[in-house]
Amino acid sequence: MAALYEGYTLCGLAPAQNQSNSGVLGVEAERDSDHVVVTDSTRSVTLYKVSDQKPLSSWTVKQGQTLTCSAVYNPQTKEYVAVSDGKVSADVWRVHCVAGGEPVVLFKRGAVRLLDALLSAPQQPIEEVLAQEESIRWSTNIVTESQQFAIFTTEQKGDHFLYLQRLNPNTLQRYRLEREEPGLSPLSFSASYRDKHIRLLYLYPNGHVYQSVVSERGLVTDEGGQAFPLPRSLLLSLPVGEGLLEAASAQALDEAHIAVVGVPHPSAGSGKDFLCIWNTNFQTLQAGKEIAGKIYGQLWSFWNKLFIPHGKTLSVIPYECPKSSLASALGKMRQVKTEGELEQICSTATTFDTAPVEEVQREVDLLLSRTDIQDLQPSLGQLASTLVSRTLQDPAFYTPSSLAQLVHTRCLCHSVCPDLVLLALERKDYFLCQLCLQFFPDIPEAITCACLKAFISLEPDGVSFMETLIARERGPDGLLNGFSPTSAAEYRSDGLGGGGTRAQQDEEMTSPPPEQICPVGLHKAVLLNEVLQTAYSDSFLLPHLKDLSSQQVVLFLQYLQFLYLKYSQDAFPQTHGLRSPSLSQILDWVCVLLDAHFTVLVMTPEAKGLLVNLHSFVKSQVRLVSELGKIEGSLQELNKMTAKKDVGQYSIEIIELF
Amino acid sequence: MGEFKVHRVRFFDYMPAAIRAMAFNRRTERLALARADGALEIFNFADNYFQEKVIPGQDGRAVEALCWVGRRLFSAGLNGEITEYDLENLRPRYTVEAYGGPIWTISAVAYSLSGCVPCQVGCEDGTVKMFEVLEDRIQFQRNLDRQKGRIISLCWHPSASLIAAGMMDMIRIFDVETGKGVGASKSKEVVVWSIAFLSDHTIISGDSAGKVQIWDGLTGTLARTHLVTKWDVLALSDESSLVAGTSEGTVVQFQFLSSTLDGQNKDWVRTRTFKNHSHDVRALVHTETAVVSGGMDTQLVVRPLLDKVEKNTQESAMRKMAFPHRSLVCCAKKAGLLLFQFPDHLELWRLGESDGHGNPGDSLPVKRKPEKLIQLKRKGEDHICCSALSPCGGWLAYSTVTSFRLYRLQNNTISITKVSKLPKDLRSAHQLCFSTDSSRLFASSINSSVVVVALNQPECKYLHTLKPKSGEQQPTTASVSLSVRLQLHCTVPVYGSCPTAIAIHPTSSNLVVVHADQQIFEYSLVQKEYTEWSRRLQKQGLHSLWLERDTPITHVTFNPKHPAHIILHDMFMFCVIDQSLPLPEAKTRLFNQMILRSLPEPMRILHRHAFKMCKTFQNLMCVRLLEDHSLVVVERPLLDIMSQLPAPVRQKRFAT
Repeated sequence: MAALYEGYTLCGLAPAQNQSNSGVLGVEAERDSDHVVVTDSTRSVTLYKVSDQKPLSSWTVKQGQTLTCSAVYNPQTKEYVAVSDGKVSADVWRVHCVAGGEPVVLFKRGAVRLLDALLSAPQQPIEEVLAQEESIRWSTNIVTESQQFAIFTTEQKGDHFLYLQRLNPNTLQRYRLEREEPGLSPLSFSASYRDKHIRLLYLYPNGHVYQSVVSERGLVTDEGGQAFPLPRSLLLSLPVGEGLLEAASAQALDEAHIAVVGVPHPSAGSGKDFLCIWNTNFQTLQAGKEIAGKIYGQLWSFWNKLFIPHGKTLSVIPYECPKSSLASALGKMRQVKTEGELEQICSTATTFDTAPVEEVQREVDLLLSRTDIQDLQPSLGQLASTLVSRTLQDPAFYTPSSLAQLVHTRCLCHSVCPDLVLLALERKDYFLCQLCLQFFPDIPEAITCACLKAFISLEPDGVSFMETLIARERGPDGLLNGFSPTSAAEYRSDGLGGGGTRAQQDEEMTSPPPEQICPVGLHKAVLLNEVLQTAYSDSFLLPHLKDLSSQQVVLFLQYLQFLYLKYSQDAFPQTHGLRSPSLSQILDWVCVLLDAHFTVLVMTPEAKGLLVNLHSFVKSQVRLVSELGKIEGSLQELNKMTAKKDVGQYSIEIIELF
Repeated sequence: MGEFKVHRVRFFDYMPAAIRAMAFNRRTERLALARADGALEIFNFADNYFQEKVIPGQDGRAVEALCWVGRRLFSAGLNGEITEYDLENLRPRYTVEAYGGPIWTISAVAYSLSGCVPCQVGCEDGTVKMFEVLEDRIQFQRNLDRQKGRIISLCWHPSASLIAAGMMDMIRIFDVETGKGVGASKSKEVVVWSIAFLSDHTIISGDSAGKVQIWDGLTGTLARTHLVTKWDVLALSDESSLVAGTSEGTVVQFQFLSSTLDGQNKDWVRTRTFKNHSHDVRALVHTETAVVSGGMDTQLVVRPLLDKVEKNTQESAMRKMAFPHRSLVCCAKKAGLLLFQFPDHLELWRLGESDGHGNPGDSLPVKRKPEKLIQLKRKGEDHICCSALSPCGGWLAYSTVTSFRLYRLQNNTISITKVSKLPKDLRSAHQLCFSTDSSRLFASSINSSVVVVALNQPECKYLHTLKPKSGEQQPTTASVSLSVRLQLHCTVPVYGSCPTAIAIHPTSSNLVVVHADQQIFEYSLVQKEYTEWSRRLQKQGLHSLWLERDTPITHVTFNPKHPAHIILHDMFMFCVIDQSLPLPEAKTRLFNQMILRSLPEPMRILHRHAFKMCKTFQNLMCVRLLEDHSLVVVERPLLDIMSQLPAPVRQKRFAT
């Protein structure tokens, strides 16, 4: 669940007389997560250290001058840029600067210049982009991997337009926003960039929150200035209480969460003085907080902190949006963390970010020794993904036992830390893979297939790997999977026809037919068994299965055939509480494997014997089953006869009434 | 509560007769039903489909058609006679010979301006005969044009000026005034079993070729044919929707619907098919809300049309009526004898015996098998309408509509002696009842009177006749209570629904009455008011599941050991009401015996309620408590009845 924490005051405000304006022109990020630049609507710019709630320095323009847009910090040059009295060579709407990009100047008539280019030729002509009676309502600046964008929205006679200005090379796209109910204009906009798409989020006074998605690459620009219709989807329909929203704002926090200020809390009447975090995937309210004083419909968010001017203060409210899962969205997860616990988790997370392996291991031990571990489920997911992302970034860092312990809590699932399985594969930590396959209920078919592929192509002579694997299997939990240890020696060999041990034994007794010899070594078998037991859906698995090479398919099919034969020989091989796949799981895999690779198998000469064997065996089984069916039919009749209690014409019975 | 030893009896070979004809009186909401043995039954559709009246059959009386004229009921049959029934005294009132050979059909106009209602019969000899319905009789008026071939079906045009007749191979329309045929439509080699004549002169026929055909009655042309079955369409019933019964046991509904949205171009469209019968559907009625069907499989089926009734209510539930709503079994409590009543004979059985004890659920070994002591054939052609056995097992009485017989039984020697001298007031009875000490016999007789006679060795003596005040309804169905004083003691307040079972408590003298709407009342004959328990029950209301049962309580009795226990049963359960326990509330589980069984003893007290219902025994004809505290349960499994039916004429088989 997302959470809003106790807020604190950053600074006091001097709102305008009529109180319609908060007096804050803008809040901009500064060098790091703890510094912001606040521009007030009169004459001053102040730099604050947020955690200290303290101004570090302040500038004021001369008497008679005013700041017309919020000052921004350029991290490249470590300079601040502010515009006073709105003028450079034409009226400036705003200057934007974000990390990784150059400062951009947006003029009131829609032209866009890089600040450097403008300063080098201050008198250059500035073109008019907007039509008559069209004016900018909101703007921002986004830097993607390849491009910098200036994005702004305009209004012209009740119609709203979105402009997407690419810089270097410069192209401009214009989109027309779909009309909401007549007379309603968007109250706020927020833009974010994710997965090569720019997402625009906007809130209407009727509580509707829409999202429009524009591709980063964009359409071919139409020079005619034609506005494309901008498709939108309704993300949320917020409760608005009585009347329409007036001063409200919505900000996208991540892909699933938005913060909204100036709306009623659904369970607290019609007062509109709330800050709420909504999950847009599940349409659920995640957190809410009443905000004292007048709300001006302004909201900024930097580094998990929301900045809200209200009444006569500018408040900072830290928030947290953990990866949402259905369970947490539905409130199935208990939220019993106290502040203290949160602090512990947070400190653990910081440890994970920086500390050496040993310390991380110690922290994890400490954390897992707690009794209320199940209650910490969301936090554990967060910790695990912190650990995974650090491991991904730092090739020298890996904490196999900590991760294994975390997986072992069964509090994790694939969607909470989606990179874990692939990371384990990459680091050849097959024990962790096995644990994940065993405990994660939601491994996607693609990952399952990746595991399968990796397991099949394991080199059989990886002795050291096997030893570590065995050592781990006999680790603290004594977890031993697959077939029983007594049979371990028997299946030690890998590859077709059996290895050395096998051959020695064979000298003394007659050799069993090849299909009764396990085609893979014990450890590979253990891992493959784990794959066989994961949940999957045929149609999703099939395309990924096609990635297997024909040799892999043949080996896997041999192994499946071996398992199948073994099942048909002993009725109940799953004994001793070991994890081995059920007969129906094996048969399902045979089917889906044949489905995916039938033509390949038919064309592969090595597979011919295998397929013929399989066919004849299946045929005999079908015959057997049909005979069983007959027997079952007869016995069922018998059962029916006995079940129908023959009362006869007369009986004397005892009944009891209570 | 305790254990019961149960004599589970399945040797009562009760066999209902096939349903041959039905007629529905829309005004009184009564359904008249004729069975193959000539018996007539009246069902009150307004009162939970309760079977109010039964007029016993008669040898040789084969009712082919029924017809209501106002509140009067007429039948016609293959014996060539028209009969009107006395629905008060439950016997034929008079019979008129039509002199036209077997009569296939009878039809009366729904209304008449002239006051005298014409009534018509269609005869074997090809004549349509018009009768005038007078106040106390019917009088032959005239013949319409005589046709070749028998008249199978008749239907009046709503204007009462035309009549359509279904014949062999032909439909003919007659002008009632002139008696002349005004039109005819011909088909080949079919029997027009059923016909409907609508106000727009559409004629709809069902025939032996399995077709439902729609004709234009003005031009005599065929408008449309629906092939419904390979076999006969036997019954039609009309309204804006029409149903046809087939010899396969299906009922097919047709509706006059528009195929377009604007409501133009209406057409008769086949809409629904019901399969509720295993045999031929011989009789059909289409009420406002339901299709009522009956046939060779003897069950009366009321199938509500779901577009006409509120869904998921009691009203929308289908009802199958398989058993009579009265008891055909009499039990001698002291002697352990059972008397089974058949239309043409009585059977007297002695129950078996077992020794030893068993645990609940056990069957005990039967030491002595049950034994049929006597099979008594009735005399005369009238079927038995009621019978009774005295509690001591020493007296046996039965009555038909014309005669009454009383027998003295000697159980030990199994001898039966007819009591020859009977009081002249005791000529016939609808209900018979012996007093608890077997010293008195009460017989409900004509004109709602009850005749009381004293039974002394070796003769019987007339004591008294209880007569109702004028205007009182006659007690046709309720079994007469166990002890009746010889003068009017009090009058129980009238309730809107018909009582289905009544009984007087032997010690407290409380009268328990159960009604067709499943309500239960207890009336104190001492205080002459409803008892405290009854008031409590009415105030709280009966449990909804109790009210939703669809068969009436047919018997009420008491447990001498536990005066607070009332024992009653319907077709699917028997129930012991323990008046000392709390009544079940709306949310309580009514059928809680299984739960109580699974609970430990101390917990049971918390979950107990007054209604202890047992569904172990099904298709109950009788549940009685013997003096030795064992129960007698007479079951008649419907499957056994089915297996004794003749093979269906036509049965649809898979892939044929």
